[in-house]
Amino acid sequence: MKKKNIVPILYLLPAIVFMLIFMYIPIVQNFYNSLFDWSIYKPQRSFVGFKYFIELTKDKVFWTCLWNNTLYALISLVGQVGVGLVIASVLESKTFRGISGFFRTVYFAPSVISFMVVGLLWQLFFNPIVGPFNKIVGSLGFDTSKLNVLGNPGTALFGVIFASQWMYFGYMAMLLIIGIQKVPEELYEAASIDGANAFDRFLHITIPGIKEMILVDCIITVIGSFKLFDEVFIMTNGGPGYSSEVISTYLYRTAFRADQMGYASTLAVILFCITFVLSLIQMRLSRTGEE
Amino acid sequence: MNKRNKSKQMIFNGIVLLFLIFLALMIIVPLGWMIISGFKTNNDLFTNSFGMPREWMVSNYKLAWQVGVGKYFFNSIFVTVVSTALTLLVSAMAAFALTNGRMYFKGRELVFIFILAGLMLAPQVSIIPLFKILNKIHLYNTYWAMIVPYVVFRIPFAVFLMRAYFLGLPASLDEAAYIDGCTSWGVFTRIVLPLSKPIMASSALLTAMYDWNEFMMAMVFTSSDSVRTIPIGMMNLTGTLRTEWGTLIAGLAMSAMPIVIVFIIFQKQFVRGIAAGGVKG
Repeated sequence: MKKKNIVPILYLLPAIVFMLIFMYIPIVQNFYNSLFDWSIYKPQRSFVGFKYFIELTKDKVFWTCLWNNTLYALISLVGQVGVGLVIASVLESKTFRGISGFFRTVYFAPSVISFMVVGLLWQLFFNPIVGPFNKIVGSLGFDTSKLNVLGNPGTALFGVIFASQWMYFGYMAMLLIIGIQKVPEELYEAASIDGANAFDRFLHITIPGIKEMILVDCIITVIGSFKLFDEVFIMTNGGPGYSSEVISTYLYRTAFRADQMGYASTLAVILFCITFVLSLIQMRLSRTGEE
Repeated sequence: MNKRNKSKQMIFNGIVLLFLIFLALMIIVPLGWMIISGFKTNNDLFTNSFGMPREWMVSNYKLAWQVGVGKYFFNSIFVTVVSTALTLLVSAMAAFALTNGRMYFKGRELVFIFILAGLMLAPQVSIIPLFKILNKIHLYNTYWAMIVPYVVFRIPFAVFLMRAYFLGLPASLDEAAYIDGCTSWGVFTRIVLPLSKPIMASSALLTAMYDWNEFMMAMVFTSSDSVRTIPIGMMNLTGTLRTEWGTLIAGLAMSAMPIVIVFIIFQKQFVRGIAAGGVKG
């Protein structure tokens, strides 16, 4: 009887120990660290309490980051979930099902590539000297002498956002296709007999049929938007100035460039709170989806 | 009436098809541009963005490989293979203990929540303490500085996928094996794992994709070129190759190729994993 109780623990031990040491303890430490003024090369830590949290509310860059993350999330909801939904329902419709395999593969392909490649590719693409983007805009008759998508504070973030939509819309479409395939075929047939057109079927069968899934995908997209790091770091490094900075890149810059570890830990706490709350909602919804 | 509807339908379908093709070109053209531009001289790139290379510079690909891509490639393969193998082993063991009827113990639900909650944690949040810990145990700037965090952050997802699959296996098989005197390890390695090949393949692919592409931790936890993986290595090469555009683009094309090829071959397994997980990344 006793042996029975030890055996399962042995199987679970590696996972538990690994996760405890390298995931949970660091999270707790991070909370604690945010209460101190410290840096990697300064042995002395001094307790500052919630000073950094108050400073944060007055930090203009932080609000820029928060806004940029939010903007990224809003555009991604349209560009990834919205576009993905339209594509998924088109590819799953009777008319296009025969050729959907090719399009699915092509649309999905960018999402398996490292963002380093995608980011540098689009960086080159938008580059005013080498990239074709300015040439295309020029050939449409616009003046491109001042056009530098990633080099201009007003457009840099949009350049980054564009690259991410390009990368992920097919991924979302794939997720939603999987959902649509679970909607009973008879519903569509019955609607067709009743004279419903493609748009009606989309609105009254597809969307209600995968409502939970759409919601979950929306939240996944928003969570991803707040975790955002690679895209911005690789394409603009937060610049020009702080115009395209997001929370994670600001965290990195504060921690590993400016060596203000206490302040960076505070940013990490904020990031934790945002992603944790959103994830809780996601888990809740995923579970209701199962029922 | 019916005829008019039909022709309207045809036009509508035609427009939709054009839209699908347009989107496909939006993906194929930049990727194709990357592969072809990798064969161009600088001059060719500037003056002839879209055309075929005037002279096919295979040397670009060779040079990119020599100045670092080759080394980063090896590092990436090593880190990806070891991390993926460890993730699978640790996660499969955990998922087995969480599902097997004979392995029930008090608090099992709690352990499951402990592991699954990891899905909600982003590496960014713990990157500073992790950096300190890896420094303290002298793993900083080694392959293990990447392998260990990769494994840890992939366990929750892999356990989640595997557990759902294991629960669907017939319990009577395990029971029969136990009665025949099989140990739990025997049941695990000779019954559960062989029956779970599909989900193991899916988990392996998704884990490997994450490990191969991971950028932030690889950058923060390493400092020398000798251990760095492709994403960071390529980032550095943009500095060294600042003016050698063709070579740089060749390097990009080469670092994207393995994962794209793997994806095209194993698309079914990829999609199965995504379907079962329903989670990004």
